[in-house]
Amino acid sequence: MPPASSDRPPLAEADGLAAGYGAAPVLHGVSFRIGAGDRVAVLGPYGGGKTTLFRVLLGELVPTAGRVSVPARCATVPQTERSRLDYPVSALDVALMGTLARLPWWRRPGRVERREAREALAVVGLETLASESFGELSGGQRQRVLIARALVQDARLLLLDEPFTGVDEPNARRLMALLDRLAGEGRAVMVATHDVEQARMWDLVLCLNGRQIAFGPPAETLSRAVLEATYGGAIVELPGAEGARGILPPHHHHHG
Amino acid sequence: MVDALLDPFREPIAQRALLDVALLGVTGGALGCWIVFYELSYSAESLAHALLPGLVAASLLGLPLLLGGLAGALVAALAIALAGRVPEIGRDTAVAVVVTALFGLGVVLAFSPDSPPGIGSLLFGDVLGVSRADVGLAAGLAVLVLGALRLLHGQLLAVGFDRANARALGARPLLADTALLVLVALAILVAVQGLGNLLVVAVLVGPAATARQLARRMVPMMALAAALAIAAGVGGLYLSHYAKTAGGASIAGVIVAGYLAALALRATVPRPAKA
Repeated sequence: MPPASSDRPPLAEADGLAAGYGAAPVLHGVSFRIGAGDRVAVLGPYGGGKTTLFRVLLGELVPTAGRVSVPARCATVPQTERSRLDYPVSALDVALMGTLARLPWWRRPGRVERREAREALAVVGLETLASESFGELSGGQRQRVLIARALVQDARLLLLDEPFTGVDEPNARRLMALLDRLAGEGRAVMVATHDVEQARMWDLVLCLNGRQIAFGPPAETLSRAVLEATYGGAIVELPGAEGARGILPPHHHHHG
Repeated sequence: MVDALLDPFREPIAQRALLDVALLGVTGGALGCWIVFYELSYSAESLAHALLPGLVAASLLGLPLLLGGLAGALVAALAIALAGRVPEIGRDTAVAVVVTALFGLGVVLAFSPDSPPGIGSLLFGDVLGVSRADVGLAAGLAVLVLGALRLLHGQLLAVGFDRANARALGARPLLADTALLVLVALAILVAVQGLGNLLVVAVLVGPAATARQLARRMVPMMALAAALAIAAGVGGLYLSHYAKTAGGASIAGVIVAGYLAALALRATVPRPAKA
């Protein structure tokens, strides 16, 4: 079955995309098409090009070759640096930063913007914590505040960087349900992750390791050959070991 | 008791000093919060020291100090930019080398036998020697800095929070950084006349660092830092009057004492736990 998005106008599309910072591209040969409602796992090792791809989609990095088109408004949901946890802002302050792009630089958000930010916090289930310090929220709650910020930006394509890292099980489930809901509203979410098991539950998987290894529904893409090419063979040989569990699930070997 | 409180401020000189210290306190406190969160404390101190030769030269030539300070700051910025380009030297080292060289040059100029007496006040400041024009300048600076910080608040907050993703949010890191550096440079230029080259950074960094221990939001933190800076300025003037200590140094001493007190308070009274 082809990706469900192929018959809808794309929110993001790449064709032979290459990008990098110096002479040699960090990432090349990337071609995909993502439409409304798609939940996309972006798999790959550190340095595999996930962050580079996100920077291209955000318009911060110009491709060195190929073509990329992002007709949808695109927002990032980054990891929070630990050094910024004592920054003096509330959850509402952070959500309000989503209004920056549409206000002139000297204008401060007014009543309309504050209401919008509160509504976005309500969507992510944090309306009661709006005036809490951002740094005192849990990791999962911080992720949801940053998702609220993306909603205030009115983003239709959300790029999440390892959103489940350091998030406990109940919060991870809540985050997952929230992403499902956003996709159901016609947005697309791209999630950079290490968790192959989780990627199986998503609509599409994009495997990157300096180049595009595979793109398509998980049933087609998450084969042993693809995962070996994505992560390197050595890791595949240690399916039971600590740290490798999330990369290659044990049952994979039965049909791999 | 009332006499003891009013006594230090009976002379017009002392009243001007009080006003000057209050105006610089408001400016330094509010601006200092951004200096602390943008990690510009070292840059601010470097800039203050590096413009000493400019101040001394202006003083020797009978030119306005502001002009000399401005020229000194420009020379320092240029020298740092050039030294930073030498690949073997890191940026930090480049700044340190340039600043030490310029500061040393300033001291040599200031204490040469031909220099007029009183030039040492460029180093340590002379709060009780500020003129009407100095106070006017401090008032202008306060209006400018507070106005600019009001306009730039959203930009500064977003860039300081998450610099890497600020552009994706539609914030302008270059605008925020440049504007902040210009404001810091202006504040140093003006404040250095009353507080001296060595102590001006105390007012820019100390109250903000103290307020950071106590406040949890940016605007209250700025207000608290401004109040602390004014309190330290007034307290320092009292100390200076009754203990016969130097004005600028007394103010700096009170600021440091306030910071230590806030640290102790943080250590003994934990912030309320959050659900």
